[in-house]
Amino acid sequence: MTVILFYVFAAILIVSAVMVVSARNSVHAALFLVLAFCNAAGLFLIAGAEFLAIMLITIYAGAVMILFLFVVMTMNTNLVQAREGVQRYMPLGLLVAGVLVFELVMVALNYKIDPKIIDVVSQPNLKAIPNTTALGSAIYTHYILLFQISGLVLLVAMIGAIVLTLRHRPINRRQNITRQHMREPVQTLEMKSVNLNQGVEENGGFLRPKDSYYGIAEKDSFGPSPGDKMDITEKRQKGE
Amino acid sequence: MAHFFLYTTIGSILLIVLKTFAVLVPLLVGIAYLTWMERKVLAAIMLRRGPNVVGPFGLMQPFADAVKMMFKETTIPARANRFLFFLAPVISFTLALAAWVVIPTNNGWAVANLNVGVFYLLALSSLGVYGILLAGWASNSKYPLFGAMRATAQMIAYEVSLGLVIVSVLLLVGSANLNDIVLAQRHIWFCIPLFPIFIIFFISALAETNRPPFDFAVGESELVAGFFSEYSSLAFGLFFLAEYGNMILMSAMTSVLFLGGWLPLFDIAPFNWLPGPFWLILKILFCLFCFIWVRSAFPRYRYDQLMRLGWKVFLPFSLIWVVLTAGFLMATGLLPNGGVS
Repeated sequence: MTVILFYVFAAILIVSAVMVVSARNSVHAALFLVLAFCNAAGLFLIAGAEFLAIMLITIYAGAVMILFLFVVMTMNTNLVQAREGVQRYMPLGLLVAGVLVFELVMVALNYKIDPKIIDVVSQPNLKAIPNTTALGSAIYTHYILLFQISGLVLLVAMIGAIVLTLRHRPINRRQNITRQHMREPVQTLEMKSVNLNQGVEENGGFLRPKDSYYGIAEKDSFGPSPGDKMDITEKRQKGE
Repeated sequence: MAHFFLYTTIGSILLIVLKTFAVLVPLLVGIAYLTWMERKVLAAIMLRRGPNVVGPFGLMQPFADAVKMMFKETTIPARANRFLFFLAPVISFTLALAAWVVIPTNNGWAVANLNVGVFYLLALSSLGVYGILLAGWASNSKYPLFGAMRATAQMIAYEVSLGLVIVSVLLLVGSANLNDIVLAQRHIWFCIPLFPIFIIFFISALAETNRPPFDFAVGESELVAGFFSEYSSLAFGLFFLAEYGNMILMSAMTSVLFLGGWLPLFDIAPFNWLPGPFWLILKILFCLFCFIWVRSAFPRYRYDQLMRLGWKVFLPFSLIWVVLTAGFLMATGLLPNGGVS
């Protein structure tokens, strides 16, 4: 029974992995990758690693691939255009692929378990405790340093991504919700009696919030400063 | 008889099928009557009568709606991706039902008593995004795509705080098995010591199921009907069932994690006469009532405020709460060791 399940999962996994690289539509490719993840989770389950199976689905299928799909769906990628340079990059690609295949073969041929590893690694008794507990007791004791370092690597990657995309532009209008809630009508409203048949120009120009508003608003949240008579849209039109 | 069900292959498969039906049939009836309950409760809050024509007290209304939905014409937008268009509601509905295998309705009464039950629920709720995302993309129409994008961003944001809240609960229990989680609440329900994150969990559950005041995925005043604008007939019905199924599921999760699952209110005479499943259903109904109550009481949030609430308020708070819980348990020596010597 388990053997049949293994071959079913493995076959679907391989087919969908092939489809990931050969599908013409990039959304379909991403969806095949999700299918591949789900089948890999099935293989983990057969091996008795239920925690890894669930985490594979939660993290890769549930979070990473969702973000991928997000990008792919909104960017309208054209695979035909992307394949234009295939001839030019083929030698380099083949070289990289060759090195990887060589490494894989070398690893596969010379693979054996270090006899001393038994002494180093504490091996939890998987029959007695659930493998969530077993993983936790290994990661947070013997491998705590490696675990912390991998966390740091992720943190650095995250900060890098934020730094690359964060741009401070004075035109951005930010909102501080606490301040918005604490605002009183008297600070922002000014009642003016406007004469009939007269536009904005005759009544003192562009109406802006009372000066007291600038005292409570967050810096940069309102465009031009009180002394600055020019409207922000005019500035944009003039290209300043 | 017991030997047939437990020790023969056909018997054990039959047992699983029977167990599944024992969960699914009440669940589907529950989903049908949840729509009735929602309309009745909303009507009561708004001083209306609600459905009262079909059957006594309008009790046959869900079936009238179902029949109406079945006889509608199925329409498919031009240039829609047909396969994914019909796969999306199926995914949504299947995932809403599949999560129920791990919910314990009494001590040891679950279709599958998984050791990673909580994580299984998290995994399924994160997969649930695919139904919405695919529906939005495959419709090949702008409002569904907007709705899908909004729903996805929202569900990812609130899943993170949901996960961290669950970690705090797991710290108290020392096991990810839902049965153990309920048994750990024999003396005190977790909603009392963990009250602040109980509230966070409930609000995140509202956002995770796309319910008002967080119903941006189907913001009808902005996006027609959000990601299922283009759906009609049975495909629409499946999305509808999935949404209400998810509501019941989230209520069941709240009951199991914080309100003591099948445990009675007090373990004394008149209360523990009632069987466990009855208590679980009572708690689920209470949570569902809160879901509907919130819908009628609050206006829709603004989208940027929703994101701010998820990432800038709930995430840091639940993270700090995890650290506080762990620190408290370490300091008092109450940390459960989960069977590790």
